[in-house]
Order: sequence, then structure tokens, then C-alpha cells
Amino acid sequence: MEKFEKLTGIAAPMPLVNIDTDMIIPKIFLKTIKRSGLGVNLFDEMRYDRDGNEIPDFVLNKPQYRDAEILVAGDNFGCGSSREHAPWAIKDFGIKCVISTSFADIFFNNCFKNGILPIVLPREQVDLLMKDAEKGANARMTVDLEAQEITTSDGEVIKFEVDAFKKHCLLNGLDDIGLTMEKADAIKSYEDKMAQERPWV
Amino acid sequence: MTAPKTLYDKIWDAHVADEAEDGTCLLYIDRHLVHEVTSPQAFEGLRLAGREVHAPDKTIAVPDHNVPTTAGREDPEQMTEDSRIQVSALDKNAKDFGINYYPMSDVRQGIVHIVGPEQGWTLPGMTVVCGDSHTATHGAFGSLAHGIGTSEVEHVLATQTLIQKKSKNMKVEITGKLHPGVTAKDITLSVIGKTGTAGGTGHVIEYCGEAIRDLSMEGRMTVCNMAIEGGARAGLIAPDETTFEYIKGRPHAPKGAAWEQALAYWKTLFSDEGAHYDKVVTIKGEDIEPVVTWGTSPEDVLPISGVVPSPEDFEGGKVEAAKRAIEYMGLTPGQKLTDIEIDTVFIGSCTNGRIEDLRAVADVVKGKKIKDGIRAMIVPGSGLVRAQAEEEGLADIFLEAGFEWRLAGCSMCLAMNPDQLAPEERCASTSNRNFEGRQGYKGRTHLVSPAMAAAAALTGKLTDVRELM
Ligand code: SF4
Repeated sequence: MEKFEKLTGIAAPMPLVNIDTDMIIPKIFLKTIKRSGLGVNLFDEMRYDRDGNEIPDFVLNKPQYRDAEILVAGDNFGCGSSREHAPWAIKDFGIKCVISTSFADIFFNNCFKNGILPIVLPREQVDLLMKDAEKGANARMTVDLEAQEITTSDGEVIKFEVDAFKKHCLLNGLDDIGLTMEKADAIKSYEDKMAQERPWV
Repeated sequence: MTAPKTLYDKIWDAHVADEAEDGTCLLYIDRHLVHEVTSPQAFEGLRLAGREVHAPDKTIAVPDHNVPTTAGREDPEQMTEDSRIQVSALDKNAKDFGINYYPMSDVRQGIVHIVGPEQGWTLPGMTVVCGDSHTATHGAFGSLAHGIGTSEVEHVLATQTLIQKKSKNMKVEITGKLHPGVTAKDITLSVIGKTGTAGGTGHVIEYCGEAIRDLSMEGRMTVCNMAIEGGARAGLIAPDETTFEYIKGRPHAPKGAAWEQALAYWKTLFSDEGAHYDKVVTIKGEDIEPVVTWGTSPEDVLPISGVVPSPEDFEGGKVEAAKRAIEYMGLTPGQKLTDIEIDTVFIGSCTNGRIEDLRAVADVVKGKKIKDGIRAMIVPGSGLVRAQAEEEGLADIFLEAGFEWRLAGCSMCLAMNPDQLAPEERCASTSNRNFEGRQGYKGRTHLVSPAMAAAAALTGKLTDVRELM
């Protein structure tokens, strides 16, 4: 997995609440058997009209946000299905960090597995970052995972929380499966114990 | 003496294979369900790393999301090329990795969350995962069941564990009795209407109370199915005689001495007196009415007697969302919900595609005809549900009333197969999501119970089923 250390980039504002995974990547794009190539269809139904033309009003179609690497979003971002195609599409588009007051659980976890940092902040701070993002392309934000700090384009610093284990994995680009396989003995002894205690399982 | 534990605490504790200092656990997974949409990349990952499936006997796969539901579906022409590729990738992966499999041609094929319980794979006290958010359904058996992403699917395939931190406990109690015409679907929608789609975020919900106890297993599955729509990781209901009765004799349920041993364990699966919950919600059963959704979020719930709200009725970011939803849904604030005319009725999905749901529909439509011009479709949740409905004579009732009677699959719940709404087509649907475009590009979805969907099919409008009873 790609590492996430420190990122300075353009932040796009998406204040809409309850942005669900169907909006992030509509189901017609779930028919792939690959992980890559979904970026062009990120937010497909909001981004293009029926004939495939860009809708100019949509934030990521505006010239100043086309290269956004950070998304500042409304409450409850990523609700809906478990599709990992949502973070795959976000990543493939080039967004590496999403900031909101809250995320749906599965989406939140899926982000970390794909080198994306989701950040939860209180409303006032999300509002402040949303305003900063609305300034457009010259307003670059910095997200520093090691220091757990976001610096706005005006130099204001906001601290954020992140789970220590998830932080460690992101900073080092560690793959969960490899980590877990090092615990094969613990898994084996659990299985042996269960074969005695709950053999019907 | 140990501190009192909730049901969730008990199941969690029984599955921790390893715990790190910061509380991150390796949770052992007893059942892993797999379908064609969220698994190909996981199997591909295993192949690339030269890994095996750790416990193929605990892994069960079935294609459901993409499969056509019309007769003659074995004909590859019925599927788009990419759907065909996903289904045949699952065929191949199931074979190559030696996991339990119900291919499209098998009468036991169906929606993964209906097949698991039906075949006795889902049992109380288990951990159950699937690359699908509605895995919460299995919580009806008192098993800890939740959706996972594809990376986690790969993780479970390779190690039979998940890296997890414990969620918080939330109790949702439905007291007293339900009025006639009010169903499990109305309970679960009403809860989301009250708590919002983020109300359960970070929690595992335990549903309890007399109205929950009174539900059949089918009804309990409907309730738990939508825990995810309330933001919760999982929904749980403590197992009882209703649960044991349902499980007994199913193909993969324990038998003989193993049954007795399992039963003794299952009877310990309840929340202890005085156990701690981080959040408690109580709703009186008698306050619940048949409900419908008016907007594009499952929290947009109102009693059928209500009217379309106006954006000013809301606060904060929801004002904009409500405005967008009302426009998307083509509604007018103040309009009576019962004046909303529909084009289509969809009965099915892992929320309401079980035999009891179909019986509820048959009760309403028996001897009647659906309104002229309405497209009405019934998609049983599995081949076995379909067979049983035919045996009980329900299928004849549906066909006589003018419904289409389909083969098993997810169908118009998410419209990945050819069953889709056209732009602006309005549907009364027994599924679980009314998101924009969920049932087809620009399609409009109103979530309802099977009985309410049946009533809408007869009148061509959203209808209070109690008026037809
Ligand atoms: S029926 Fe709908 S909600 Fe259930 S598994 Fe299929 S697509 Fe998902």
C-alpha cells in the first residue's frame, strides 16, 4: 500500500450531507473485476449529464478544483453500501484525504486500507476548512499525519485524532494481511480451543 | 463475579483471537459469505500473493447482485458482458479455492443474506461477515454480523480473522404490541426516522422489547437488515425459542448431540441484567404506524397519514438535502403522501424477499387485480422461497392479480441487472435504500413494507394498507 505522510494540496468543498456510496460511484461501475480506473467515474451522476458531458457547476469540474487532493465534505460522508469501489474511485481520481464531521463505519475503514486518510473534526472546524476550501486553487491546505495537524491556507493549525494502529499502517504503507499472518500461532490456538468448546461451528 | 455483559460483549469476547495493547483485536470469523461484486479483487489479491483460503469450509459463495431474474437466464445473452465476467469469475474462484458454492443454476441460489440463514449457515453466537453492508441481517439470530470492504474480504479469506476495535453498545427497545397492518419494516424504518442515518454510527444495536420478541425470524431479519441504514455496524436480537425453532433441521444446523450442546450455549446468549449501553432508544409499539419514505435518505420517514415536508422544517445541512430530495422526487411540500401516484411496485430484496413477506402480499392482493398500467414485480429472495411460494399457491395469486413472478436475485433493489427504473419512474419498493439513482438513473423510490407495496399496486398510489384490510 502507498504511504501517507504529509500532503499539501487543493481542497474541494462538498458541503452536501449524507453523500452515499451510490453517489460516490454508481453501481454500474461496480462490474469491474479490477481495482483501478474508477477515477473518471467518481461522483459520476453528479459530474456528468446523461450524454456524458461534464456538468460545469459540479465542484470537481470547476477549473480550480480539478486537481483537488483533499475533500472537505458534509456530515455522514460515505454512508450506504460496503463497496470499496468508493475509496478506489476517490484514490484513482487523486484525492488522498477526506475531512468531515462524521463518516459511515465501513467507508471509514475502507479508506485506511487504500492509503486514504479520513479525518473527523468537530463542526466548527469543518466549517472553517470548508470556507478555506471555497477559496479555490490558490488556497492550499497541508495535512500532516505524523504531527496530526491540518494547516489552512492562512496558516491556522487544526489538530486531529487518529487511531494509533491505523496511523502506523498508513505512515508505513503496511499491508494488514501480512501483519496478521505473523499472528498465525494465535489464530491456530484459537481454532484448536474452539474445536473443543464449540465443535458445531 | 464478572461485570454484567451485553449480548454484543459476550459474542465479541468469545471471538478475540489476539488483542494488542491499544485494544486492536484480531476477531475470529465463523462464517464468511461471498458474492460476485465485492470479491473478484480479493481473490485476485490472494492469487497474486500465492495465498490460500484459510477456512474454505466456513466460506460460502453465491451470485446474486448481477443475475437476471427472468426465465431462461442461463442464456448468457441475458447478461451484459461485465456481469457475465463477474459471475463466471465467482464460478471459477469458488472452484479453484474449494469453497461452498450455490451457482445460478442451483435451486438454493438466492440473495446471500437469505441463503445463509435458510441453509443453516448462520447460527447464534457466531461472527458473520460478507462484502455487503446488509450482512447485518444475520444479527436476527444473535450473531455478530456486519459488512466489510473488499480488502477485508481478502483479509478474511487469507486469515479467517478481521482487525477490529470494539464498537459501542446501543439498545433499541420496542415496547408493547404493534397495531394490525404494522410490520417489522415499519419498526425498522421508524427507528431510522427517529435516530437518523448516522444515529447508530460507531455502535452495535441490540433490538429488544415485546414487539421484537413477538416477531417471526423473517420479521427480525427485516429489522436487523436495516441497522446499517441507521448507521450501526450491526444489529442484534437475542436468540430464543423462535430462533431455535427456525434453525432446527436446516441443512447446516448441528444435529443430535451437537444440537444439544449448541443449544445449551445459545441459551447463554442474552444481555445480563444491568449491562451497560452507551445509548438507549425506546419506542412504543403502539405509536408505530405504517410508514413510507418521501425523500432520498432512509431517514426521510413519515407515517402514511402524513404530508410531504418542506425544507424549512429542517435544520443545518439537512435543509439543502431536503430541498434537493423533494426536487429529485418530484414532490410538492404539503402534498398528502396518499396522493402520490406510482408507476411501479417492487417486492423483494434481502429486506423483504422471504416467504412471510410474500404471504403478506398475497393476503392483500388475493382475488384482486393490480391497477391498470402499473408495473409490479415480485422477486423471491431465493430459489427455495420461490418453490415454497409456488407450493403454497401464492404464485398463482400473484399471477392472477397481474404481478410478474421472477427468479431469485437482488434485482431492482440495486438495479445492477436489467431490472431498473427509467428516469422519473416512481416505485413503491420493499427494499432498503432510496438513494438517488439506486433503482435506476433518476428513478424515484419510496420504501415501504410488503403489505403497503401490495396496497399501492392495487390502487396505483401510496396507500394505507389498513384501509384495505
Ligand atoms: S437485495 Fe439489495 S441490499 Fe440485499 S444484498 Fe442484494 S443488493 Fe444488497
